[in-house]
Amino acid sequence: MNPIPRLFRRSRRYSDIDISVNEHIEERTDELIAEGLPRKQAVQIARREFGNVALLQQRSREQWQWPALESLLADLKFTLRRLRKFPGFGITVLLTLAIGIGANTAVFSVIDGVLLKPLPYPRPDELVSLWLDAPGAPGLANFQNGLRLSPSMYFTFSENNHAFQSLGVFVPNTANVTGIAQPEEVHTLLITDGILQTLAIPPALGRWLSHDDQDPHSAKRVILSYGYWQRRFGGDSSVIGRSLQLDSQTCEIVGVMPRGFRVVDHDFDMLVPLQFDRAHAKLAGFGFNGIGRLKSGISRAQANSDVARLVETWMHTFTNGPGTNPFYYRLWRISPAFRSLKQQVIGSVSNVLWVVMATVGLVMLIACVNIANLLLVRADSRQHELSIRAALGAGRMRIARELLIESLFLGLIGGVFAIGVAYGGLRLLVAFGPTNLPRLSEVTIDARSLLFTLAVSIVSGLLFGSIPALKYAHARATAALSANRTVSASRTRQRSRNVLVVAQVSMALVLLVSALLMIRTFASMRKVDPGFSDPAHLETLRIYLPDLLVADPVVVTHVQNEIAEKIAAVPGVTSVGFSAAVPMEGNDPNWDEMAVEGKVYPGGEPPMRFFNYVSPGYFSTMGSAIVAGREYSWDDVYGLRNNIMVSENFARENWGSASAAIGKRMRQFKSMPWQVIIGVVQDVRHNGVNEKAPETIYWPAMLQSPYTHQPTIDGPRSATFVVRSKRAGSEALVADIQRAVGSVNANVPIANPSTMQDIYAKSMARTSFTLSMLAIAGSMALLLGIIGIYGVISYAVSQRTREIGIRLALGAQKSELKWMFVRSALVLTAAGVAIGIVGAAALTQSMKSLLFEISPLDPLTYLTVPFILVAAAALASYLPARRAAGVNPVEALRVD
Amino acid sequence: MSRNSDNRDLFPGALEIMILQSLRHKPMHGYALVKHIQQVSDDLLQVEEGSLYPALQRMLREGLLDSQEGVSAKGRPTRIYRVTNAGIKHLERELSSFGKMFDGITRVLAFSQS
Repeated sequence: MNPIPRLFRRSRRYSDIDISVNEHIEERTDELIAEGLPRKQAVQIARREFGNVALLQQRSREQWQWPALESLLADLKFTLRRLRKFPGFGITVLLTLAIGIGANTAVFSVIDGVLLKPLPYPRPDELVSLWLDAPGAPGLANFQNGLRLSPSMYFTFSENNHAFQSLGVFVPNTANVTGIAQPEEVHTLLITDGILQTLAIPPALGRWLSHDDQDPHSAKRVILSYGYWQRRFGGDSSVIGRSLQLDSQTCEIVGVMPRGFRVVDHDFDMLVPLQFDRAHAKLAGFGFNGIGRLKSGISRAQANSDVARLVETWMHTFTNGPGTNPFYYRLWRISPAFRSLKQQVIGSVSNVLWVVMATVGLVMLIACVNIANLLLVRADSRQHELSIRAALGAGRMRIARELLIESLFLGLIGGVFAIGVAYGGLRLLVAFGPTNLPRLSEVTIDARSLLFTLAVSIVSGLLFGSIPALKYAHARATAALSANRTVSASRTRQRSRNVLVVAQVSMALVLLVSALLMIRTFASMRKVDPGFSDPAHLETLRIYLPDLLVADPVVVTHVQNEIAEKIAAVPGVTSVGFSAAVPMEGNDPNWDEMAVEGKVYPGGEPPMRFFNYVSPGYFSTMGSAIVAGREYSWDDVYGLRNNIMVSENFARENWGSASAAIGKRMRQFKSMPWQVIIGVVQDVRHNGVNEKAPETIYWPAMLQSPYTHQPTIDGPRSATFVVRSKRAGSEALVADIQRAVGSVNANVPIANPSTMQDIYAKSMARTSFTLSMLAIAGSMALLLGIIGIYGVISYAVSQRTREIGIRLALGAQKSELKWMFVRSALVLTAAGVAIGIVGAAALTQSMKSLLFEISPLDPLTYLTVPFILVAAAALASYLPARRAAGVNPVEALRVD
Repeated sequence: MSRNSDNRDLFPGALEIMILQSLRHKPMHGYALVKHIQQVSDDLLQVEEGSLYPALQRMLREGLLDSQEGVSAKGRPTRIYRVTNAGIKHLERELSSFGKMFDGITRVLAFSQS
């Protein structure tokens, strides 16, 4: 018979049974009364004749039940009842679980999205990033991406390889868009043919860029991203064929990419063809990222050797111009070392993430230990009941099952709340986490995360439930049933709780040591002089002048000058300057060889040095001290005087001191006239405070380009303006600045307004993020440890009340008693500390890359943390110890 | 099943077919059924309530019986049990197999006697 309707009609059935049974008894009673018996006796006899009423009713009901399910549901009902009676316990456990499991789920979602999931392209294991090693290139070790590809390399490799289905290069850029709405700056991705084929994601609308679109003489066509299409065109499908102005050049829109499409890890608003001019491509120009899709069955090693032979072909095919030696690059020993695209994207972030996962997992473990202890205490108070049940015939499995059901239930409910916590935690992570976390947009709470949550809930439920279940399922009827008149709690029962406390303390120590190391790292980083001052009052913004808008480079500099003056006139602004790049923005640096007059370099080639372009007033605005000499003036700039400024470490490296550098000469290429050093600036930590300040050359904002044979004037078209003002960071200031810029040229947008303080904070984001994670975890571990110790000692006191009473009655001092309990806590703590130190020493080794100016075995940290833990343990045990001393011996001895 | 230790227990299924047959004759409530079986068997059989009521529920679950709400002559709420069509079919099947079994036993006993 269909079981489901059975359940619904069950209450009716039960009432049927009750009515029939009652009626039976009543009828019999009436019969007996009719026979002359008094009512009371008649009822008694009728009932007695019937038999065990309750049992019969139960057996009748059982026809309608599934016994196994029923007993399970009964257990659940009792669990709920017990939890309702002691809501504090339930709430504590659920809160602990929700936070612990939720944190683990959040971190798992991040790890899943970033490290574990394959890239969102078809057959992603065929995708490689064209990483080139160049061990012979001087100074190239400073590059983070290996040697990038040049346009000539792209041509050579793509035309002659045997290993790839398709390959291409790309470079992220920005451009000014005009002609649709307000002029705005957009993120573009300049791509060659082969990029879209490699990623193999078809367009949502229109078509890909074709080979013809890459012809430098053809019209410019672009593809929009989904987001940009929605924002600027409202998702209008008639956008294909329309045109817009990109850097004052008309471009036709030919396609829209699908939602969420990114190239490798780069977001973009528009895809623009690179349109390399093959006829004029030189060997040099190493600025492009290469990716490719291997032919099926070809391994990366095969691709490496395939392209390795093409390096020679490349040098034979192209040249850097008359008079240059193409085979010079043999010195660089360029060798392909292709890596999987996913590896390229993830980079070095996996270190941080695994540290975080380990941290959060450890806290979860501590939480489980705590809950296990709580459950042990509860099970202990139920000893009597459980022993009776065991004596009455309940099997071990039955009792263990009930205990496990309680913990599983707690675990699952905790898991449900944990999903909410995880969701919130992810939002926080995305908002405050390291902003350069790759693939952050792919991190969500999806089915895998939910499955993980379920798994963790069940495992933790079983974990902390198994401990009391194992201990109390024994049918130790006699031991427990005997009244505790003369016997104190046996040693063995205390032991498991003690072991748990020791485990908690050692795990807490590991977390606290890691947290303290990170705190000191962060403090050291903050003490480092970044090379500029008062960043909170420094507003930065970028302005780009495309060549179709302002053709003449000299005019570009004049326009930039005028913009600077107009901004300086804005109320509240004290000074203005600009440069090609401000520190810590993660801008790719410009590097080239800088030869110092009179110096002979081993190997013939001078080392590569970082360079930047600066305007007059830039350093004074930034607050970077001029250690020797002076800043540029606009006369220097417009007069194209061969003046140059250098950083202090460059000066020291070559001439011993900053002042000695003034007047010395150096140049970039042999064809360049000697440049005279007129000023030396303090070191600036361009790559972040935890990296050394690079030796830097500062060109003026306009100069004779060293790259061309004919004298051409050049300057940075994209300039970051720095504005010192008390109003930095406010929307009003940015609006005023925009107006000032607009008054010079209405078609110039400003981009990325942010204060130097924000940039500085972002550069420390990875450290500060790890720090906050560890600090939170460490404090949670400490708190849980304190609660754990308090609980254990407190319970010991309550169990040993009689013993305490006896001792007091026999004349023990109160202080002796207190010390007895505190000492037991300290012994446990000492054991935990000893184990924890060993663990911490081992585990912090893996944190080395995150630390700055501190060793993972720093003695001060390893002394401080145990001290904190011992103090906490002493405090946590003192309170219950005081309670012990306050026991009234008469009361204690009276207790049964 | 019987109270007297002399009497043997009934074979399984006996109670069921007796209940079905009795209720087929006339639908009644639990106590009446008990008395009916007692009277009709001339006190040779006494049904214990401990077997009857669970058996009634089992047969309800299996669809052989139907229970109906009602009010007894004395004004109390009552449940009248009634055989269903399926119950009648089941009863006839069981009676025929019971009959065959009884035949078989009779023949074996007759054989050894002769």
